Amino acid sequence: MHSNVHDWLNEHGDYLYRFALARLKDTHQAEDAVQETMLAAIKHNSFAGDSSVRTWLTGILKHKVVDMQRKLIREQPISDIIDLDAGEESMDDFFDKTGHWLDKPQSFDMPDHALEQSQFLSVLDACMQKLPKKLKAIFMLRDVHEMENENICKELDITPTNAWVMLYRARMVLRKCLEMNWVKG
Amino acid sequence: MMTCKQASKLISQSLDRPLSWSELMQLKLHLMICGACNRFKKQLNLLRVALQSIRTNMENNSAITLPLAAKARIIDQIESDQQSQ
Repeated sequence: MHSNVHDWLNEHGDYLYRFALARLKDTHQAEDAVQETMLAAIKHNSFAGDSSVRTWLTGILKHKVVDMQRKLIREQPISDIIDLDAGEESMDDFFDKTGHWLDKPQSFDMPDHALEQSQFLSVLDACMQKLPKKLKAIFMLRDVHEMENENICKELDITPTNAWVMLYRARMVLRKCLEMNWVKG
Repeated sequence: MMTCKQASKLISQSLDRPLSWSELMQLKLHLMICGACNRFKKQLNLLRVALQSIRTNMENNSAITLPLAAKARIIDQIESDQQSQ
């Protein structure tokens, strides 16, 4: 038994688990991601010593988390998770015929106070969960996992223009949801 | 003059690709006179910052720990992996 694994799990297991959970939002998947990371860490033992062990393990985990997200996407029919019909006309619920805002965006800021801030973040989290399925996958890949657009397009077999349109729509829906549900105290 | 619809599209796309010089100039011009699009731009920036905070808050939340059962399972898995090699 590699004694390192015990040390790694004891010292960094909780952090790695939280890192995975923050992105995958599922406890079982987060546990699996930590396990995959440990297996990969032992197998390749590529720790170069020029960074901390935690940074090294987190680097491996990051890849595992994106891999898992991809796998989840591949398990679904692609037509269920992308919205190729999203075009100019799909923004009609936000703009009038002349391209003016139907409802002008309101100003809101991230609250300074810690309690309010966590309320704000949970509203955002709820809004994100409510995103239409056809927009959620790409939004998660781009704005949560911060994957490069080029890789997203390969993954979903779409053009950059498709990706931009869907991200535009997803962000628009999300900011509107925040505006409607975040009432300043 | 660029419409709000066009401007907001470019504001979103600026997060995904570099805008051309002429797009940038037209957008700048629009933002000089349009409060609503300025607020939209701020909202998207805030969205980025907030998504980042959600992750960082969870990463630093020591109340969330890897369940012991999972820890044991991981160790078991690695031991059986090594024995089979």
